[in-house]
Amino acid sequence: MSDINDIVSSAEVSRDAAALVLDGVTKVFNPGTINEKIALSDLSLTIRDGEFVTVIGGNGAGKSTMLNAIAGVFKPDGGKIIIGGVDVTKRSEYKRAKYLGRVFQDPLLGTASNMMIEENLAIAYRRGKPRGLKWGLTKKDRELFREQLAYFDLGLENRLSAKVGLLSGGQRQAITLIMATLNKPKLLLLDEHTAALDPKTAKKVLSLTDKIVEENNLTTLMITHNMSDAIKHGNRLIMMNEGRIVYDVKGEEKKNLTVKDLLEKFENSSIELSDKMLLS
Amino acid sequence: MLAFINSLPGAVAQGLIWGLMAIGVYITYKVLDIADLTVDGSICTGAVVFSVALIAGVPAPVAMIFAFLAGVAAGFVTGIFHTLLGIPAILSGILTQLILWSVNLKVLGKANVAIPSRTFSVIITQLNIPVSLLVLAGFTAVIALVLYWFFGTELGCSIRATGNNQNMSRAQGINTSFIKVLGLMLSNGIVALSGALLCQYQGFTDINMGRGAIVIGLAAVIIGGAIVSKLSRNFLVQLLSCSIGGIVYYVVYQLVIALGFDTDLLKMLSAVVVAVFLSIPYFKKTYFSKVKLNKNAENDDVELKENDETIAEEVKENE
Ligand SMILES: Nc1ncnc2c1ncn2[C@@H]1O[C@H](COP(=O)(O)OP(=O)(O)O)[C@@H](O)[C@H]1O
Ligand SMILES: [Mg+2]
Repeated sequence: MSDINDIVSSAEVSRDAAALVLDGVTKVFNPGTINEKIALSDLSLTIRDGEFVTVIGGNGAGKSTMLNAIAGVFKPDGGKIIIGGVDVTKRSEYKRAKYLGRVFQDPLLGTASNMMIEENLAIAYRRGKPRGLKWGLTKKDRELFREQLAYFDLGLENRLSAKVGLLSGGQRQAITLIMATLNKPKLLLLDEHTAALDPKTAKKVLSLTDKIVEENNLTTLMITHNMSDAIKHGNRLIMMNEGRIVYDVKGEEKKNLTVKDLLEKFENSSIELSDKMLLS
Repeated sequence: MLAFINSLPGAVAQGLIWGLMAIGVYITYKVLDIADLTVDGSICTGAVVFSVALIAGVPAPVAMIFAFLAGVAAGFVTGIFHTLLGIPAILSGILTQLILWSVNLKVLGKANVAIPSRTFSVIITQLNIPVSLLVLAGFTAVIALVLYWFFGTELGCSIRATGNNQNMSRAQGINTSFIKVLGLMLSNGIVALSGALLCQYQGFTDINMGRGAIVIGLAAVIIGGAIVSKLSRNFLVQLLSCSIGGIVYYVVYQLVIALGFDTDLLKMLSAVVVAVFLSIPYFKKTYFSKVKLNKNAENDDVELKENDETIAEEVKENE
């Protein structure tokens, strides 16, 4: 239980320097029906600038719901969401986009398949800026995109005008990742972005992720179903269960974690929670 | 046969008018991925507003601008129904269509109004087909070029992105609701413009002139798309293909008449043709696709892996 207390107090620490503050965020799906589901339960979390947080937890723990709440896919039923000091709780999804880079589990979701690679990148490049009657894709843009793609060694720098729909899942995720970070976001949200890929491609996309995050010094929240990835990547790890954070570790302690430790925590937290349910 | 050949220039003129209408349909149906039934009403609204303005003494070019704006307003109403009130797009279009029927009747004052080219100075008329053809061709070219430019701008790109992937568009900060309303406005503005041209060409406006317009528009989009699909994917070519589709539609229409087909059945025939063409992609996917062989058609992973393989092949070929 001490873990939970730690988190609650950490939410009160230095809000100014925080890239993200979730303050008592609650989300209930299908309220008042037999399908009622408390997906986020009074969830509080503070992420400081430059932190790379990996998120683990069982199926239905509320990980995606947390990311979607941050991104504004829906409004929370309670609590506050503050990104970089700005309270965005009431802002719609497209308005929050200027602070956020997002990559989804489904490679089809992050890119427009009927549009060219360069057109997708151009749209992402203008994230957070007003879109008017200026040309949607300039020569200068194209040069920049070619450079970026060449730099990340995806073999796509000469295929700028290929339709994204022709690319593989891994290539699409890589493009989505670049799209998410072309304009440096305040916060990068990755929701199991390698889960739909074969292991080899997943590894490549993960190392690309590390590279991009490191070079741009991005604050990142990455959900993964793979515990060793969660340990290997990032500098902080949180575990979720039943819509709340049950374990939060950073620094040396995180570096020394093993999958076995995590599995233990995992079991303990579910036991604790079921104990609590029995008592109440 | 002679009658058919004589009817060809007229068929081309009508095809160009409906081709313009089809360009409007293209914007919603192809670019924005919305089936918008407002057009059955807004094409008539264009004709009604144009005719009433013309009769009131407004010069034809200015009256056409009024028609365009009326269409834009119609699209706006459908857009608000759909985005702000959350009504499904098809139903939103039907509701506006019905509203427009009353509005058109009220504005026109009666079911049918003549605007003969002898009395009014109009820009096209079926009494002078050669000049009409030139004007229509010029008109189509200008509209297509303006749209080609527009869809290359930042705003135009966000319309294409929204039609392609709303999830991605919102994640990239595009207000997809606003974009849909904008697209519906633009589309119906162009459709109304084609209505203004149509009533000038035929010399009258009739309250029922938009009935089934969506089917003709879709037919033109589909036929045109099928004709140029192998030629070019260029957006300008795609837009102009709508006009080609419109022309083919009306030439075939004349041919069918020349062959003595019962004209009462023509709308049914159009609908059947459109139904067949619309079902082709589904048939291909369901009955002829490779994925089906994997017994796993629903599984995205499979499709993606297949995709990986084809890319791998493609890369090998390139090397
Ligand atoms: N849109 C929705 N409508 C109803 N229930 C939902 C919705 N999204 C998620 N849920 C439920 O909320 C819980 C948390 O889901 P989610 O956040 O997707 O879990 P995960 O940690 O696996 O990403 C699950 O029980 C899920 O069924
Ligand atoms: Mg999830």
